[in-house]
Amino acid sequence: MINESLAATSDTLFSVAVGLYSLAVVAFCAELAFGRKVAPARELVAAGGGTAERAVPAQDDEPARARRWGLVAMGLTIVGALVHAGVLITRGSATGRLPWGNMYEFGTAVVLVAVVVYLVLALRTPSLRHIGIFVLAPVVLSMVGIGLFLYAQAGPLVAALRSAWLAIHVTTAILGFGIFFVSGIASVMYLVRSRYEAKVAAGEVPLSRIVHRLPSAAALDRTAHRTVVFGFPIWTFAVIAGAIWAESAWGRFWGWDPKETWAFIAWVVYAAYLHARTTAGWRGRPSAWVNVMGLGVMIFNLLYVNMVSTGLHSYGGVS
Amino acid sequence: MSSTLLRWWRSLTAMRTALILLFLLAVAAIPGSLLPQRSLSQSRVTTYFADHPDLAPVLDKLFLFDVFSSPWFAAIYLLLFISLIGCVVPRALEHGRAVFAAPPPAPRHLHRLPDNGDVPTTLGPTTALDVVEEELRVRRFRVVRRDGAHGPELSAEKGFLKETGNVVFHLALLALLLGLAGGKLWGYEGSILVTEGDRFCNTFQQYDNSSKGAFVDPAGMSPLCVTLEDFKAEYEENLTAASFTADIAYGLAGSASRNTTIGVNSPLRFDGDRVYVTGHGFSPVFSVTFPNGDSFTDISAPFLPSDTATMSSQGALKLPDVPGSDEQLALEGFFAPTGSVQQGVLTSIDPRPLDPQVALFVYEGYLGLDSGLPQNVYTIDQTQIDRGTLDRVGQANLSLGESTTLEDGTVITFSGLKQFAAMQVSHDPGQVWVLVSAIAILVGLLGMLLLRRERVFARVAAGPDGAGTVLRMGALTRGSADTAPRFTALTDDVAAALARRARTEENPSS
Ligand code: HEM
Repeated sequence: MINESLAATSDTLFSVAVGLYSLAVVAFCAELAFGRKVAPARELVAAGGGTAERAVPAQDDEPARARRWGLVAMGLTIVGALVHAGVLITRGSATGRLPWGNMYEFGTAVVLVAVVVYLVLALRTPSLRHIGIFVLAPVVLSMVGIGLFLYAQAGPLVAALRSAWLAIHVTTAILGFGIFFVSGIASVMYLVRSRYEAKVAAGEVPLSRIVHRLPSAAALDRTAHRTVVFGFPIWTFAVIAGAIWAESAWGRFWGWDPKETWAFIAWVVYAAYLHARTTAGWRGRPSAWVNVMGLGVMIFNLLYVNMVSTGLHSYGGVS
Repeated sequence: MSSTLLRWWRSLTAMRTALILLFLLAVAAIPGSLLPQRSLSQSRVTTYFADHPDLAPVLDKLFLFDVFSSPWFAAIYLLLFISLIGCVVPRALEHGRAVFAAPPPAPRHLHRLPDNGDVPTTLGPTTALDVVEEELRVRRFRVVRRDGAHGPELSAEKGFLKETGNVVFHLALLALLLGLAGGKLWGYEGSILVTEGDRFCNTFQQYDNSSKGAFVDPAGMSPLCVTLEDFKAEYEENLTAASFTADIAYGLAGSASRNTTIGVNSPLRFDGDRVYVTGHGFSPVFSVTFPNGDSFTDISAPFLPSDTATMSSQGALKLPDVPGSDEQLALEGFFAPTGSVQQGVLTSIDPRPLDPQVALFVYEGYLGLDSGLPQNVYTIDQTQIDRGTLDRVGQANLSLGESTTLEDGTVITFSGLKQFAAMQVSHDPGQVWVLVSAIAILVGLLGMLLLRRERVFARVAAGPDGAGTVLRMGALTRGSADTAPRFTALTDDVAAALARRARTEENPSS
């Protein structure tokens, strides 16, 4: 029995969450716009000398106006995340089940995890707050895409999904995916920032107001790495739990179904990232590219495998 | 010659090679997910051949429709396996030795370590190192004191579990590959459609489809027999399938049978075999009465669902032995559990059998069953129709209980309805092994990623102006980025402990 009014509330909250996140993006933009114009490159390089990281000092002394916008942006993001959680909670109670039984719900939950991961990072390490716009903009895009292309009416679960493993396998898949989402963004930011730092150090480009406010390349690299270290065991667990479930649902624990295949590929890519980061010659930019590739594989697995290829994971519910 | 071999072995067993091979395995899996695979769906492969008549045979030569059982996939798998052995086993042995060995001597230049610092103290060298040792032991380091070439020194180490995690992870990866391969070689799978009331036993002759590993001995298969007593499909209001359950009786041939219910997500596990319900459908039941008075009653055949949402199904019933005639008879048709006829065309509007109807074509003539060519039991052989050896002699839409009479007087009645279940029996002796390995992989991974291995070294030297002692400490940490704060905390604690000890030594009475 579906509670239609709760289901409708859930849909409304979805729009509200998208609205709040969009406002947060605007506020992050305003923070950038009111940020101090950065001093000419020459002086800084001279003052810093030596390594690239020192040549681009962190911008702690931001003007009050920018700071205020930054706080507004964070506040909007937090409220947005609460409303976003409300989307899933109301859907869950409308349907009387865990709210991740189709691609719409799955995607919505992944994005929520990404926002929460960002908030945790930003609250623990204030300089990471400045990647906010680069997290929130993809978040808004993803939400709009999910709402437009993956939306599915609240409904009961198909028989195959009525199992305790839904709570275990899909929850961990969502957590892993959400963490990798933020990690991938951190690596993209790292790629941008490290190139910028190298150029500034070589005196080739003037300081850029936007890139300048990003955390240092080293901090971004560290963030990307830590999030993968956190997400990788969770992902490993999700795949193992999927295999255990498949043994009772599909008659074998592993059968190279497209989703299984791409889950394995993603696993290998992230394992490669962790190794690359400790291998001479692969540290820094090459390993960051591997991480970005990992996120690409995850997204491909969600979109292509569910929507284009046919396999056993066809609970997408997109119609 | 032998040096070349050695060199090959070295490069094959390098960590980097193992990684590249793992990566290659992932890349090799990609075509398996983009092209249809025989192991997943034979019919999609057939469709692909029809759509790409030029390309498909080429791809097929490259095993691209059987990627996961192709020689090149197996080659990568095997190389990875060997590479892992060469890479992991020595590492595990070395780690085993290291667990029992003392921490290594302090490096000569402690100030070159990533974390290092000096702590001046008024205490003598031995007492100062005593204090450091105490501090480190409290932190559960293993500590060794030596009289090194550069003065008395101390080495301490902790965090072996990190390396243990690494070794466990990689050994478990090996075990998992072994388990997978074993399961493939000694495992088998068979599937069969069983109509309510029917029984099957675990032999390859009975299965409609089966596959088995190279080392499976058909004579050694567990003599499990299963009877499908009742099948139930339940639906939500909006016709989402809610559950499929099959009441079965099962047991080893010759012994008493037991009853149980299996369904989606809950297979029967018995004697090393697993029995699943993988699908279901309807078998319409017919009676046929021939002009001479002979009749067949309650004959049925499974009709395969072509759309699981409405359970509209298609199938055929063949009657090779018609009494009093040389001709053979066949019914082919469409079944709707809840039928709705629009402009003469029967469709199904509900997956539940609320108003079962069939749309039948009746054929008479030669079915070609003994032609020696394998036939699809769910359709009649189109070539016999094309050849004119099989003629359509009637057609009718029948609701349950209705009959149709052919020109020659044969009466065909749609007399009843049974359900069938698609069942699968699987045997995989490797799967528990794989599960244990997978859990070990996860545990090893957690140890490897979350633990730190730390080494701390300390050495004492005379103070710069001859008074007191300078304690120089250095640390080397693996598996953690922000080591500086922890090192500072350690040296602060050591400095505090040194100061405390200095005070008690000055006035021992207080
Ligand atoms: C070896 C077995 C399995 C693997 C490797 C696996 C892998 C995955 C992966 C990678 C995802 C993340 C979603 C994405 O990126 O698209 C996922 C989600 C999901 N899995 Fe599995 N899975 C397995 C078995 C199962 C089984 C047996 C079921 C249920 C019968 C199941 C149900 C789901 C559902 C409902 C989702 C989330 C929503 C969706 O994508 O539609 N999985 N799985």
